[in-house]
Formats: sequence, C-alpha cells, structure tokens
Amino acid sequence: MISYKHEIQKSRICWAIAIILATCYLIISITPFIFMVLNSFKERFEMLTKGVFSFPETFYLDNYKEVVSGGFFRYFLNSAVVLAISLCILLFIVACAAYPLSRFRFRFAAPIFSLIVACMSIPIHITLIPVFKMSQAIGFYDRIWALIGPYVAFAIPISTFILTSFMKSIPKELEEAAEIDGCGKIKTFFKIIFPLSAPGLSTLAIYDGVNMWNEFSFAYTLTQSRENRTLPLAIWDYQGEFTMNTPMIMAVLTLSLLPMIILFIIFQDKLVKGMTAGAVKG
Amino acid sequence: MNSLSKLRAQETARVAALFLTPVFLILAIYVFYPILESFRISMYDWNGISPNKTFIGGDNWKDLVVDGHFWKAFRNNLTIMVLSIAIQLPLGLSLATFLEFGAGHKILKVYKVLWFVPLLMSSVAIGFLFTYALSTTDGIITTISKFFGGGNVDLLGNPKTALFTVIMVICWQFTPFYMVYFIASFTNIPYDIYEAAVIDGATRSMYFIKIALPLLKPYIKSAAIMSLVGSLKYFDLIYVMTSGGPGTATELMATYMYKESFSNFNMGYGSAIACGMFILISLTALFTLKVLNRRNTDDLI
Repeated sequence: MISYKHEIQKSRICWAIAIILATCYLIISITPFIFMVLNSFKERFEMLTKGVFSFPETFYLDNYKEVVSGGFFRYFLNSAVVLAISLCILLFIVACAAYPLSRFRFRFAAPIFSLIVACMSIPIHITLIPVFKMSQAIGFYDRIWALIGPYVAFAIPISTFILTSFMKSIPKELEEAAEIDGCGKIKTFFKIIFPLSAPGLSTLAIYDGVNMWNEFSFAYTLTQSRENRTLPLAIWDYQGEFTMNTPMIMAVLTLSLLPMIILFIIFQDKLVKGMTAGAVKG
Repeated sequence: MNSLSKLRAQETARVAALFLTPVFLILAIYVFYPILESFRISMYDWNGISPNKTFIGGDNWKDLVVDGHFWKAFRNNLTIMVLSIAIQLPLGLSLATFLEFGAGHKILKVYKVLWFVPLLMSSVAIGFLFTYALSTTDGIITTISKFFGGGNVDLLGNPKTALFTVIMVICWQFTPFYMVYFIASFTNIPYDIYEAAVIDGATRSMYFIKIALPLLKPYIKSAAIMSLVGSLKYFDLIYVMTSGGPGTATELMATYMYKESFSNFNMGYGSAIACGMFILISLTALFTLKVLNRRNTDDLI
C-alpha cells in the first residue's frame, strides 16, 4: 500500500515535469508565429520603437492592403493553376502505373517497382540545369507550364509507392467477379480499381499537393517575371522590394500561410494523415 | 490449355506495358535524361548561355575531387544529417509518447494542434520568418538578451554559430513531422499488448522501454532513413536564410551547386557538383539500406 502511494506520487512528479517540458516546447514552437502575426499589424516604425513583442497599438492594415494590391493574388492564382493541372496528371498516371504493379503478376513487376521507388533519393539538383535548358528550348521558360513536368515527375516515385500498397489492399474477389462477367483488364481498371482507390488518391492529393504548393527550387529556376511566379516566390519577390520593412514581410508570410491554416482547420485529421502518408510503412 | 495461359500472360504483359508507359515517359524526360545530360555537361566548360562550349573531359571532375569548398559543403550536409536524426527523432518520439500516454486530456489536443503548425509553412516562408526573427537588431533572441541586460545577438552572421542556428530552425520545422509520424506508429501497436502489460503489473515507463520501443523500431529506422536522405538533399531553407554564408559556414552541396550554376554561370562545373552530389547521396542511401537490411530484411520502406 505504501509503495502504491509512492508510485502515484512519483508519477505525479513525472507528469508535472513532462507538462513543463511540453509547455516549453510549445512556447518555442509558437513564438515565431506570434512574432510574425503581431508585427504584420504594425507600422514600420512602431515595431522599431515599441519592440517586437508589444501588442500593436491599432490594427494597422495597410501592410496587407499594399501586399494584396501588389499582385499577391496573381501568385496565388499561378500556384493554384499549376497545382490543379499537375495533380490531375499525376493522380491519373500514378493510378495507371500502380494498377499493374499491384494487381498483375508479370515478370518485371518487382524490378520496375524498385526502379521507380529508388528514384525517391534522386536530388532534384542533378536535373536542374538540363530541365532549365529544356524549358528554354521549347519556349516554356518563365511560363508556369514549365513547372508541371518536373512537379509531376518528382512526385511519381513516392506516389507510386503509396498507391501501389493501397491498391494491394483492395480485395481480389471484385476483380475476379468482373473478369468472369467478361470485363477486360482495362475496363476493370476504370470501372472497379480506379473508383475504389479514391481514399488512397485523396491522401496522395494532400501529400503531393502540399509539397507542390510549397515547392521552391524549380519555381525559382524556371520562372523569372512576377506575373509567372508561384506563391513561395511571392515572399522572395516582396523581400527584394521591402528588405528593411519587416512588418510588410510579416504580412506577406501571414497571408501565404493563411490558405494552409484554413485547410488545416477544415480537414484537420485528413490533412495530418495525408502529410505523413509518405512515411507510412507499406 | 497451355497456349491459352501463355496468351493470357502475353495479354497481361501488354496491358501492364500500356499502363506503365505514361509514368516512364515522364520519368524519362524529366529524370533519367536530365541525369545523363548533367553527366555530359559536367565534361564541358560552359557558361550556360553562349552556344560554344569547350570539351574539357574530366577536368571539372579533377577540380571537384580536390575542391575544399565542395567537401566542406558535404561535411555540413553530414552535420545536418547527424544532428537532425539526433534531435528530431527523439524529440518527435517524446512528444508523441507524451500525447499517447496523456490521451484523454482535452488540453493535450491543443498542444498537438499548436505543435503541428510549423509543418504547414513552406521552407521558404520559414527561412524568411527566421531571418527576421533572428535578426541582430530586433529579433526574438536579441529582444530576450536585451531584456536580461545583454546586447545584440548575431547568430546567423557568426560563422561559429550559423550552422548550428540553421540546424535548430530545421529541427523546429521537421520535429512536428516526426511527432505525427510516431503518433501514427503508436496506433499500430495493438491495444491488447498494452492491456496485457498493465495486467502483468508493468508501469508506463516499463511498458514504453520494454514493449513500445522495440515494437516501434522499424518505424524509427524508416524515419532515420527519411531524415538521412532529406538532409543530404537539403536546399531551400538554407538558401533563403544564409545562402551558404557567412563564408562557407552553412554551405551545402545543393546551395554550392545552385550558386555556381545560376549565379556564377559555371554550368559545367555546377553540373559536376550536382553529379557528385547524386553519387554521394546514392552511395549513402545504398550503404544505409545495406547496413540496416543485414539485420532485418522487411523493415525497410
């Protein structure tokens, strides 16, 4: 009995320490955001004179107004267009590839799968110069269309991996029944496997969508003018324009984080699950 | 009968080829061909613009092998790799364990949501946010230091602290990822096991060390591999924050390659760096897979 009380006391102390540590980490993790949001509502000199953690005297909205009138939505629109097209192409062709890899038995299935998955460790930088030259050669340089190819290509390995393991979990009986009813392999894909893969595809859409939305290297290399750049580069361009104006940059950062925060609030669990999809052991 | 099954096998192969074609077409255009092309360009002296390039054979490669700048960058990549794994994985696992053991408390849900938020931000945005948040004159650290009577703190401009500071920012960004990953891993441990352990009189710490940790091992391994490959490819955050500076203090293979190719217009040498990076990453990945595979074959991927 005494030892039991002792145990409870010990576990209370452990919990107290754990909660203190957890709170410390919480502070570390959100302080930069507080810094960002607070200062985005300040006037430039207010921040310098009043200090960075003071509450803004008035909610000064001119930073946001100036950012929005400076063509911020153009970046947003470009990102959305690139994302929509790339995702549609990606999901369709990856579904096509995952179908034979997961449901057929043929000799090269394993080596082909390994080859695609091995591409996961390829750094994009080795393709940067040739892709840059290629885009120039076909007149895609400084057009948002140039981004679609590389975005799709570099999302293929992990997506094929995730979707193949998803399709493996679809029961075989459905396919067999379809075959007995005279449904060919191609028709089986469109009528049965593709629709049944919807949950897997939606996970992929989130995972790849977030990555494409935030992609920087290709966008930075393949586009140049403001009207053809995507959202991550908006920050870059505004930074060039307002180097010394911290509140302005904070407004840009807050605005560019906003869509993700909204999505996170609406689809919390689904988004969390999708974003870690690439890490799930197959 | 035999010929019929042969016919079916042929049909299967044909449909498989048809379905695999689009993926391979895109990989060929945007991945396989560019890799070969990069190796080819690495043998030229070329600024990327002028039509005349000079074939110089292996000269770029000879330069690369003795280029201290490149190896310094590689060492920085390795430092990031080691510290990322050493900090992010244990921290992520602790946070996940904390949430797992405290399940049911409402307040923990708030913790979880707020801990997750850094992951919603792009690397570029995080890079800029921290460039300002760590600014010498009015950053967060300087404000804290001034509050305690200290002076300005310049973490990113000092070659001694820059790399470490950048690594802390990387950990700030990715720890939530490993947290969520380990939360998902915890749910894969059957609840019966926990119940059985409790009935047998195990305390929580005993359960964690003796039961949960061994069961999580495969997940920890694949997390380590992800972190490993990711650290070697790292680019955007550091390019935005320091672009490799001050000096070569935070230079990475990728930032060196980028600056050499697109700022100094040494596309030949830039390609050689990219190829060197490709080779080093492939070797590291293969080596790690081999070492880990020796113990248990199907833990991976």
